Parts: sequence; C-alpha cells; structure tokens
Amino acid sequence: MAITTKRVNKPEMDLSELSYVPEIVRGLGLTMSRFIKNTFLPIEKGEIATIGYPENRLTYKERFRGVHRLTHRADGSPRCVVCLCCSTVCPAQCIKIEAGEYEPDDPRFGYERYPKSFVIDELRCIFCGFCVEACPCDAIRMDSGLHMPASTLREHFIFDKESLMAIPGPDGSYQTGNTRHEPGDPTHPGIDRKLGH
Amino acid sequence: MDMILLVSTLIKIAFILVLILTFNVVLLWVERRLAAMIQDRIGPVRAGIPIFGYNLALKGLVQPVADAIKSLWKEDFVPPNADKFLHAMAPLVAVIPVIVAFAVIPFGSSLYLNHAFEVLPPEPTGRVIPLQVATMNFGILFVFAMGGTGVVGSAIAGYSSNNKFSLVGGLRAAGQMVSYEVALGLSLVGCFMLYNTLLIEDMVRWQIENVWGIFLQPIAFILFLTGSTAEMKRVPFDVPEAEAEIVGGFVLEYSGMKFAIFKMGEYFELVLASAVIVVLFLGGHHLPGLTDRGIDFLGFAQPLWHGAVVAIHLGVFLVKLVLVLWLQFMIRWTIPRFRYDQIMKLSWRYMLPLALLNIFVTGVVIMAL
Repeated sequence: MAITTKRVNKPEMDLSELSYVPEIVRGLGLTMSRFIKNTFLPIEKGEIATIGYPENRLTYKERFRGVHRLTHRADGSPRCVVCLCCSTVCPAQCIKIEAGEYEPDDPRFGYERYPKSFVIDELRCIFCGFCVEACPCDAIRMDSGLHMPASTLREHFIFDKESLMAIPGPDGSYQTGNTRHEPGDPTHPGIDRKLGH
Repeated sequence: MDMILLVSTLIKIAFILVLILTFNVVLLWVERRLAAMIQDRIGPVRAGIPIFGYNLALKGLVQPVADAIKSLWKEDFVPPNADKFLHAMAPLVAVIPVIVAFAVIPFGSSLYLNHAFEVLPPEPTGRVIPLQVATMNFGILFVFAMGGTGVVGSAIAGYSSNNKFSLVGGLRAAGQMVSYEVALGLSLVGCFMLYNTLLIEDMVRWQIENVWGIFLQPIAFILFLTGSTAEMKRVPFDVPEAEAEIVGGFVLEYSGMKFAIFKMGEYFELVLASAVIVVLFLGGHHLPGLTDRGIDFLGFAQPLWHGAVVAIHLGVFLVKLVLVLWLQFMIRWTIPRFRYDQIMKLSWRYMLPLALLNIFVTGVVIMAL
C-alpha cells in the first residue's frame, strides 16, 4: 500500500497579523487586564492561585493523613493493647513498640498489655495509613490534620509515646467516637474469666 | 571653569547616578512582581527588614537588596581556560558606556539661577543651568555610539568564557546588534529631518513649540521601540541569552557580582531607551498647559515661580519615564521569543525598508509644505 500524504497548509495570515502591531496590542490588552485585576482588586476577586503558606492555609480534606496520634481511654491511658498489628503491617518499619504487663491485681491483667514505649520515626514513615487500617482497637489515628513541623534535628522526628498521646484529634479531644468496652464491664463483648471460658 | 559650573555639573552627575541606580533597584522588584501578577502568581513578597522581631516586608521591596548582598557573597567563578582579563573586563564594557550615554539626556528645562524665586521675565538674564550633564553638538549620535558599544561587552563575554554556549550567545548578540543598529538609526532620521537638528535639547524645544513627535512619526516610534528592545536583548529578542536553548548565552560563565553587573547593565539600557523615547517622541519634560511662566490652561492662568516650574518639569519627565518603562515591561511579559531567523528577517526585510520609506515620506511631506 502506497503511503499517502496529506498536505496541510499554514493558516493564512492577513496584513494586520503579518504586521505584528495589532496582535501585540491585543496581547497587551490581555496581560494588562490580568495585571490590573490581580494588582488592584482584592485578592478574592483576582486570579492569583498562590497561597502565602505559613500565614494563609488551605483547609485539608477530612481524609488527609497527618501526623499520627495515640487515642486515649476514658481514664487517659492509651487505647493501645500492643497487638503489634501496626508495626507488623508498617511497610517502612518505622513503629517500635515495647510491651508491658499489667499488675496481677489489675482487671486488665491477662487480657491485654500496655505499651511501655511506643516510638514512631516520622522521617521513615511514608504516611500510607496502613497502621490505622490495621489497628483493631482504634488506638492509632492519622486524623490530626498536622504536617510534620520543620526542624533541623533528626531527634525531633522520633515521636515517643508521650508526644504521640499529646496530639489532639480534629475536634480537639484525645478520644475517639468509638466506645471502649473495658474488661469486666457488662458491655464487654469478649469472653470473660469470671463468666467462665 | 568656574565654581558654579563645576558644582552644578557634579550635582547633575550625582543626580543621574542616584536616579538610575534607584530605578535599577526598584525596577528589579517591579519587573518580578509585575510578571507574577500577569501570570497569576504573587512574586517575591517575603524579603523584609526585621524590626523588633517583626518583619517589615513592604511587599518584598527590599528583595533587590537581598539579591545584591547574595551576589556579593557568592563565589566569583572564572572558568579555568578563560581569558581572565577579558572575562573581568566584559561586565564593565557592557555597563559603563550605557551610564555615560545618560550625559546627553535633558531631564528638565533650563534653570535661570537669578529668577529661581520669581516668575520668569520675558528677557531672562544671568546664568543658565541646563538640566543635562553635557550639551554636545552631536547630541543623539552620542547615545547611539555609546549604546552600540554596550554590546561589545556581551561579545567579549561570549568570546572570553571558553564555552561553546557563551560563544554562540556572544555571536548572536553581535549579529543582532549589527542588524538592528541600522534599522534603529534609520528609524530616527525622520525625526531628525522633522526637528531639523541633532541636539536633543533642541528636539525637545521643537516638540514644545509644535507637537509631540509620536503624533508626527508614529512609525518611527514603533520602529525605535522594537529596535531598542532588540538592542538591549530583552524578550522577545533575547536569543543571545536564551536560557532555554543556550543556557544563558554570554552570561553563562558569570557568577556573583559580575553576573549582577550584566543584569544591571540591562536595566540601565532599559532606562536609557525609555528616556530617549521620552525626549524624542513624548516631548521630554513638556506638560500641556504648563509654560515657562506658570499654568496657562484653557483660559485658566496662574503664574508660578521659575524654580517651581523647573521642579514640575523634572517630575513630568520622571512620570513619563515611568510610564514608558511600564509599557516596556508589559511588552516584555506579553510576547514570546522570536526565532533567530525571524529576528533577522524582521530587521532586514521589514524594519529597514519601513524605516527608509518613513524617511522618504517624511522628506516628501517636508518638501511639499
């Protein structure tokens, strides 16, 4: 099959376009109107897309994954029960949890453990949100809406248990909407030592 | 040489230097902010003066100062096999002729020292101080000579940098200068014929007595605006430094203050071209309705002191200068860059014949009248 060609001619230009000047004046009108609009009108009515970041901020969407926080129980202790789901699923391996046993007379003894230390290296974290998905207790969340604050020191990015628990949620509270059923409560859904296994 | 002449000349030189350096600093900021506004950005607004923990930003007006301090502290890099002497000379060769060319620009009317605090009598006497550093009998040709010398700096910079891209940039600058100097010079010949003089102060006087040059020579105005933009290598004629193709051209191997001096030279040329446009086409310091003796506008007459009139004339000149500079900025941020062959074609095939035609028509009209 023979190759066929189709000749496309340049668009014809009339004298005013060839002489540049009227077209340049039209272009000047465009830039000048844009300049006047952006310079003299209030910023909401202009077209400027830039946001002067630290002073003016966009409100993030609800789904924005910010810095982690550890949610609290009603008594102010962390909800975390050290199941290690988050540190297992973490693809960046940035979560390190040390488990601690409750005292034998504590009602939670034998049911769950508590985190002696809970450290997240926020520099290694890739903010994928897997830890939040994996957590069965709603203990770790990324709904704080915060960026990592800037720092020149590496140590500032290693968040320990206390600092993670000090970050509030979007409504300012440290708890979550999900109710927590402590072992021993009548509402506790799981098996109970006293009721017999 | 007597004392008053010496002192007044020194004051005028200082005024010109302060003026163009101030313009340089402000224009840097204006150009960046104006470009940002056209392109829906904000531009530099952060740099400020820290006062008591508060940053007095002034919309970024001190950004050029920060740039200058940065330029001073940067390493002054010279390529290993470059011609050290020429490499250091080039920025000076590019800048000094442009500053010198300001000497013949009249930035106001003449000041009669004896009559500064009274209305100018019909027969003024005493010493006259023209607001112009040098009254030379070759006038406008001096501007052309000096403006043409400026491009030698670019060519030397390209030659001495020992870099292919620099050399291409320098050659492009030289070729462009040769092409546009012809059209630029011929575009003004119509004005010379009309004003019947080469002295810039006489040209201004002619325009005050008759009519502004732009109304009689509109084609010359457009040709001169185009040609001078090409002379100072600004967009749309910035192929000598086209950063997208030859990464900066002749300024490629310059850093720190030498680079900043090249950029300063560009702004000096911009102010010079705008000043020449003001005195040749926009009547210099002339404001309709304001005579040497006061306001005389549509029957309303108010005599003014001669000193006040001179001050107003100076202000009018500066306002006109700023307006022309603003037009130049708008043009620079409106039009995309020409291709090099388009630049040459525009010069030799359109601008040069048009300039010659302008001369011919002007000559015929002058002969006929």
